[in-house]
Amino acid sequence: MSTIGSDTVEQFVAADTGGRSTTIWWRAGAVTALLALLAALPLVASDYWLNAVLIPFLIMSLTALGLNLLMGYAGQASLGTGGFMLVGTYATYNLLLRLPELPLPVSLLLGGIISGLVGVIAGLPSLRIKGFYLVASTLATQFLLEWLFNQYGWFSNYSTSSSISAPRLAILGRDLSSPAGRYLLTLATVAVVTAIAVRLVRSQTGRTWMAIRDMDTAAAVIGIPVASGKLKAFFVSSLVIGIAGALWGFAYLGTVDARSFNLDRSFQVMFAIIIGGMGSIVGNYLGAAFMILLPILLDHVGTRLLGGAIDAGQLENFQRAFFGALIIWFLIKEPRGLAALLSQAAARLAPLIERRSRHLRGGRA
Amino acid sequence: MTEPILQLRDVSLSFKGIKALNALSFEVERGEICALIGPNGAGKSSLLNIINGVYRADSGAVIFDGARFVRIRPGHAAHLGIGRTFQHNALFRHLSVLDNVLAGLIRHSRTSIIEHAFGLARDRRETREFTRQADETLAFLDLTRHRDTIAATLPYGVQKRVDLARALVGRPSLLLLDEPMAGMNQDEKHEMSRFILEANRALGTTIVLIEHDMSVVMGLSHHVVVLDYGRKVGDGAPESVRRDPDVIAAYLGTVH
Repeated sequence: MSTIGSDTVEQFVAADTGGRSTTIWWRAGAVTALLALLAALPLVASDYWLNAVLIPFLIMSLTALGLNLLMGYAGQASLGTGGFMLVGTYATYNLLLRLPELPLPVSLLLGGIISGLVGVIAGLPSLRIKGFYLVASTLATQFLLEWLFNQYGWFSNYSTSSSISAPRLAILGRDLSSPAGRYLLTLATVAVVTAIAVRLVRSQTGRTWMAIRDMDTAAAVIGIPVASGKLKAFFVSSLVIGIAGALWGFAYLGTVDARSFNLDRSFQVMFAIIIGGMGSIVGNYLGAAFMILLPILLDHVGTRLLGGAIDAGQLENFQRAFFGALIIWFLIKEPRGLAALLSQAAARLAPLIERRSRHLRGGRA
Repeated sequence: MTEPILQLRDVSLSFKGIKALNALSFEVERGEICALIGPNGAGKSSLLNIINGVYRADSGAVIFDGARFVRIRPGHAAHLGIGRTFQHNALFRHLSVLDNVLAGLIRHSRTSIIEHAFGLARDRRETREFTRQADETLAFLDLTRHRDTIAATLPYGVQKRVDLARALVGRPSLLLLDEPMAGMNQDEKHEMSRFILEANRALGTTIVLIEHDMSVVMGLSHHVVVLDYGRKVGDGAPESVRRDPDVIAAYLGTVH
């Protein structure tokens, strides 16, 4: 059968339970509170926390969101993530460099759109092939893009090492190059993109994507535009990934070259969405937390416990092996990812909470 | 008499040299329920696949609503008003029943991805209108209590009905049902027959269906076409087909 890929993706997909109208207000309140809390963090968090933990976590979440739209929602597996991050970074860099009059958000968005257009071209093979064959073709995209930015000096403004450094980041004259400024820029971008993505996946576009993912032949027969649906998924996904790439380059790393977004990065993002939960928006944050925060935690714990006893290189290998084992354990425990584990836990807790609150109400009455 | 909604003229199809359909011709009148019967491998599903463009006939023509076509793409057939359900379960498994039915309306959509992304007024209006139509179809097929259930978790018989709802919601003028009652018990078959009859009567949908259970076919259809090895061996009212010696030899006489 030619459906290998969509089946493999499909196994991991969480059922879309949608939003219940009764909890929407509650959710909106929780999201607002969370955002306010996150926006206030620079007041208390140290530069280390912002630089090494929160910024990479947020950007990884955004990248995962981009890939999840394509792979988790539209069912089109891709290993070109690093390549699209490169396009976004280099495009935004050149826009900031060559059209300095453009405001930063516009340059970021345009960089994302350029990445989205490259994504559409890279997505053309998906009209004919799927599954592992599509993965192979997106792999070719990844290598081609890495080569392109390495090969042609124009993209890096002919810098000697073909690496590029963050241009001055500023909005309306306010300098954003401090850790707090870069963190807030990242947070605002992630919040806006997430809000749009949530709308999109619940809309007709999202329904089109999920229909293609679940059964593309039936989708075509009932008149769903399968080809344009796939290409739109590639566009939106690459757009988000491109913006995430630019943030990764300029708000996190500071200096980038073509190797910053190699195949390892593509795999890392794919793991993040598999672990977090494909076809789930919350899953992106959980997966990104797993991929970014857990290694940091392991590092701290390992150094604290065994720092003196074992040689540092050995310790790092041990941490990697432990991390790999954790990934395997999670996938066996719940192939639909952390988001599914979370919603199961919530479903188990809900009756307890309800009983307790009814008890409280009863007590008062 | 009005023109038939569907005419097949000398349609032939072969797979790797084996003839699946051999110069087949018949007509379906507007507003009727036409049953295709015949032993397994007689070419019934292939025929439906030609009518809605999944397969391309080697020769011959299909004339739908006065328009003649040799090759039509499935999506285009849907736009022209040819609806279809599937023999094997083909629902969008991770989506709710409502979303499955809403998917059947996507071809009527006039909104763009930008409107979806920002939830603009036109998108909200269209979503409201589509949801109303989907809810109406769900109520019509007695599926309202399953509205928010994930499709894959439903019993088989209910899934078949959701498939029918998904095809029916877009108001096709011709509806192709590929074994809508396969694997059902007598009660479920009875219920499904009632829904098919109601769709035909209340909505005026012309229906072409494939079915093996003769008692169901005789009770449901106005017109029966019998296929055997890609040839037509019977064509007419249920009663006359039942008495046709060729049909009895090819199909009814044997046990299936």
